[in-house]
Amino acid sequence: MHNSKAPLFDQVMRLKEAEEFAAISALIPYSAFVGFELVVDEQGLLTILRGKASNVGNTTIPAVHGGVVGALLEHAGVMHIIHACDITRFPKIINISVDYLRPCIGHEDTYARGYLIKQGRSVSNVRIEAWQSDKQRPVAAAHAHFLMN
Amino acid sequence: MRYAVGIARVDGSIGIKPVKALDEEACYPLNDIRSVMQKLPQIEALGLTTVEFNRGSCLFEVKYAAHLVGNIESGVIHGGVITTLLDSAGGAAAFSVVPVGSSVATLDLRIDYLKQAERERSILGYATCYRQTQHIVFVKGCAYHESPDDPIAHFVASFMVGSVGFAPNA
Repeated sequence: MHNSKAPLFDQVMRLKEAEEFAAISALIPYSAFVGFELVVDEQGLLTILRGKASNVGNTTIPAVHGGVVGALLEHAGVMHIIHACDITRFPKIINISVDYLRPCIGHEDTYARGYLIKQGRSVSNVRIEAWQSDKQRPVAAAHAHFLMN
Repeated sequence: MRYAVGIARVDGSIGIKPVKALDEEACYPLNDIRSVMQKLPQIEALGLTTVEFNRGSCLFEVKYAAHLVGNIESGVIHGGVITTLLDSAGGAAAFSVVPVGSSVATLDLRIDYLKQAERERSILGYATCYRQTQHIVFVKGCAYHESPDDPIAHFVASFMVGSVGFAPNA
């Protein structure tokens, strides 16, 4: 149900209408901390994790911390629903399952895109893939469930 | 080396009992793992600290900070912070049981978000190894404020054991 007591949700919906996803990112403190950016292209919403020294969790490769890769996939999943669906409240994550496929190089940018597998009235299933230089060689993939209302 | 399933207890001893006595010499010293983990850029940036660390189990803590928030209205920390907290605890627990010279990498993880974290509170992340083979370490755990009996999230993961890659000062 629409909740007029949720000014943040209303603000985000206005920004979505205006396609100002950078402004939506600016409303999320954790986005700036790890370096998430949101871009709309012809295929939909693209979530970008900028290469950032402080995201490294494996100094040998060096690779992005697995938790940050998981965070990117989760973030891309939520943002994909916000972008692609008519919603009355923010989707709430129920669970996420992440597969780590290749090393995610620390100084490179990482891209993630969500795909709505099933939009239900109460629960949606989203598949998310992340890659670096080659989309055909994903570094990680996830599926997640979100509560919709 | 095999492990019984451990259950986190806040009252001190995190109950993991090796079925067989571990050959301490064959494993990385716990202090080495702890100090290497503590210096990892993302662990420093998040401000993760080791609360308890034993062979086969680890308890990390993340302090509440405004820059970790995912929803400015509710003040709740971004789910990604919990992922990093639990992946770190799981990685440390896995490192503690593999032979010296081995590396460990997350193969997969799953998190169930059971209830919302409360604003302005620290979160603890616990992980324990419940099964280890030559190639894989199986880990599970949870995130909580007060007690693992009242968890914010449940966590299960598997880690690949390798001969190359990241290793605590091999």
